Amino acid sequence: MSDYIKENLNKDGIDRRGFLKCMAWVGTGTLCVLKGGVLKSYALSDVMQHKVGDFQGDLSFVQISDSHIGFNKAANPDVTATLREAIAKVNALATPPAFVLHTGDLTHLSKPEEFDTLAESLKSLKTERIFYVPGEHDVLEDNGGMFRERFGKDSMGDGWHSFDRNGIHFIGLVNVMNLKPGGLGTLGNDQLEWIKKDVSGLKSSTPIVVYAHIPLWAVYPQWGWGTDDSEQALSYMKRFGSVTVLNGHIHQTMQKVEGNVTFHTACSTAFPQPQPGQADSPGPMKVPDDKLRQVLGITDVNFVRGNQSLAIVDSTLA
Amino acid sequence: MKNTRWMLGAVLTVLTAFAGIVSTQPGLAAKAADGPASAQIKIDNFTFGPTNLTVSSGTTVTWINNDDVPHTVVSDDKVFRSKALDTDDKFSYTFTKPGTYNYFCSVHPKMTAKIVVK
Repeated sequence: MSDYIKENLNKDGIDRRGFLKCMAWVGTGTLCVLKGGVLKSYALSDVMQHKVGDFQGDLSFVQISDSHIGFNKAANPDVTATLREAIAKVNALATPPAFVLHTGDLTHLSKPEEFDTLAESLKSLKTERIFYVPGEHDVLEDNGGMFRERFGKDSMGDGWHSFDRNGIHFIGLVNVMNLKPGGLGTLGNDQLEWIKKDVSGLKSSTPIVVYAHIPLWAVYPQWGWGTDDSEQALSYMKRFGSVTVLNGHIHQTMQKVEGNVTFHTACSTAFPQPQPGQADSPGPMKVPDDKLRQVLGITDVNFVRGNQSLAIVDSTLA
Repeated sequence: MKNTRWMLGAVLTVLTAFAGIVSTQPGLAAKAADGPASAQIKIDNFTFGPTNLTVSSGTTVTWINNDDVPHTVVSDDKVFRSKALDTDDKFSYTFTKPGTYNYFCSVHPKMTAKIVVK
């Protein structure tokens, strides 16, 4: 069914070839270049290899996601090291990103020391500013209070915020709080009202970039990979010519274009997760430790194949 | 792999039964001869197992997380609520009132299950 699975001797949905392809993405980030409101994204590993041509655009920024500091299981016993590797790749860019978006799951268990390590590591990022939205792993304690205190000081509500840069309007959303039994990610009425007001004064020609942790489109609801009220939020953006949605959570890149909206998910800096429906559960893909380092930085993957059965547009990142 | 594990579990359970030590088997809804009732629910592959469990009033149910990611055990009506359970962490609650208790994982809300107390 998938190109990733050629041989599957253990019937666990993972073969060596597919595993290597996926793992080549760990420790990388995504470079986003906006040109006239159209966003193109490139894997940093390709950027470093000069496989991608012209990155000059109106604005460059980087998205990193799902660092899961504190995770120490088989899929990656040293997630801090791979985060540092991602940071090094960002810092090696010829044009430093104007800012960095971290789309959540900074930590694995919302522990103070995990937030400390994350913050300490990201201090070495060569960029003006980092914007954060929380993942569900960042709000396990005190309803996300610790996350907001450290990473969401200028934000509203549960941590949502917006800002303008180079004529582009950026909106950071929180869809990991107050989750309902049987449901998906949730934005909630307060945030939806705020979004409506936030975009009401903007010209329709303004490019919009929305970022949140859980995908704002139905990637695979069976695994909770979607947001219950995302359609409501996106309905407020119908009049805009260009809307780009950046998410994390699923630890793999996917892209879909729907009308004026381009959806994109980023890789994790910590560990990969299986493709939708290709395993019993969306848990971390377990891999031998020695294989992890061997595949970091391997650059023979310059595209990511979407799952066509989910009507996701194949995303060529090279 | 999962099937193999199930089969092993079944074989062990049968052997244990023949050995006549059913009461000490920490199985599902096992009841010790004289002590209070207890039951265990395993969280495995983003699933509560068993998903539906019926126990008698006074039973202490213990959840254990076997996954590599944290889960929580939260009743829909906020009757009980665990902290985030990391791998191998446990949470227990003693049910003293008959009724139906729907619960879920507040981190992965697709994970839902039910306990009926008689």
